[in-house]
Amino acid sequence: MIEVKNVEKSFGDSKVLKGITTTFETGKTNLIIGQSGSGKTVLLKSLLGIHTPDSGTISFDGRIYSDLTDDERRALRTEIGMVFQGSALFDSMTVEENVGFPLKMFTEKTPAEIKERVDFVIERVNLIDAHHKKPSEISGGMQKRVAIARAIVNNPKYLFCDEPNSGLDPKTAIVIDNLIQEITQEYNITTVINTHDMNSVMEIGEKIVFLKQGILAWEGSKKDIFKTDNEAIVDFVYSSNLFKKIRKAQNKEE
Amino acid sequence: MLIRYLSQIGKYFLMLKEVFNKPTKWSVMKGLILKEIDDLIIDSLGIVAFISFFVGGVVSIQTALNLTNPLIPKYLIGFATRQSVILEFAPTFISVIMAGKMGSFITSSIGTMRVTEQIDALEVMGVNSLNYLVFPKIIALLLYPFVIGIAMFLGILGGWMAGVYGGFTSSVEFIQGLQSEFIPFHITYAFIKTIVFAMILATIPSFHGYYMKGGALEVGKASTVAFVWTSVVIILANYILTQLLLAK
Repeated sequence: MIEVKNVEKSFGDSKVLKGITTTFETGKTNLIIGQSGSGKTVLLKSLLGIHTPDSGTISFDGRIYSDLTDDERRALRTEIGMVFQGSALFDSMTVEENVGFPLKMFTEKTPAEIKERVDFVIERVNLIDAHHKKPSEISGGMQKRVAIARAIVNNPKYLFCDEPNSGLDPKTAIVIDNLIQEITQEYNITTVINTHDMNSVMEIGEKIVFLKQGILAWEGSKKDIFKTDNEAIVDFVYSSNLFKKIRKAQNKEE
Repeated sequence: MLIRYLSQIGKYFLMLKEVFNKPTKWSVMKGLILKEIDDLIIDSLGIVAFISFFVGGVVSIQTALNLTNPLIPKYLIGFATRQSVILEFAPTFISVIMAGKMGSFITSSIGTMRVTEQIDALEVMGVNSLNYLVFPKIIALLLYPFVIGIAMFLGILGGWMAGVYGGFTSSVEFIQGLQSEFIPFHITYAFIKTIVFAMILATIPSFHGYYMKGGALEVGKASTVAFVWTSVVIILANYILTQLLLAK
């Protein structure tokens, strides 16, 4: 579990995060949603240690990040898997080398053991015939799968995904969402996804944290979204007519 | 303006400190070093050989054409070619060319990694990205004196061929000039400069690539800025080292 307590972050005069307090639960897909400029990327980067909060604490299963030594932080980072918006695969490496990279860097596994594990996760994310291809030779959807495979290859405790669906067609986006959710439950990972894709929210939003102008404006599950009267989240989620109709229908059914 | 430059210089030295921190596993580093040797050293040999050979030839011809006084011995063509090639052309001129070739390659490859979040990916995984990216380049460029040695040899060979086959001097006179008043320390001086330039070539373009911000356009701009600054620092270092090592 990741606990965020009263986290604040400013850049110059602009206060981007204003006292965020929440928890991201283990074995669940936790979504951070909000409009562009709401502070969700800054929150995600603060969780990853790329940004240092001005105040407040972030703790990973009781380990407060700001209290850790450099070595402890590096050790913690080996427990983290990250899927970047643009996949961030290493251009010079093949799919197989990309996926095996964390194992090569941080474990004492033999090449045969690494190969076995890499083959297993590549199969787990349903990548076929891509082992020896370079990232530039595969589609965007496949790149995301490789990124997910690389993120989970070292059995992370925490999985972070930044806009995992960006640039994907709706069908592939759902496949990627479901894959992340399955992996989260299968390996009991604390998964935090930064998104503004409402399909993802409705599909896999087990816990949703909604940020508005740097403030945590609402939190709950996807089911709660149908019932809530919180104007901020309703405005955001139901800004499209399609979702307005879904909410109406859902409420009628109940 | 001055404060900005000083802050950049400070940031550069902090980067150097970080490059030598938290080393990457040797089994991984070994592969990276070999790859950098291939990209930076082996891939540069062709252009260095081509330029050295022909510039050596031009130095020889121009010296010959300027020796209009019949009292000046022809062996001076070999002497001037040797001195020009060993003291300045091979270590300095080739390094400025390499600032364009190697420098833009280093800046653009690291810059592209920055733009595509590959550096963030390394950091998030717990890898010291500066050590991972820059240290292998520094080690690979320890072989740079080997490149400059080839440039010296081919520059003089080009001078000899242009001088002899162009009918400006005889082979005996040219070789007499090569041996005339030879000071072995000049070779030491040239290789000391080369080592310093190698360090500059590995680190300044890396600095500009690593700390760049923006997108593809900025990668191009960073490469240009890196070339300019690498050249400027090489020329300044050349002046300072010459003053320190050769002036009496």
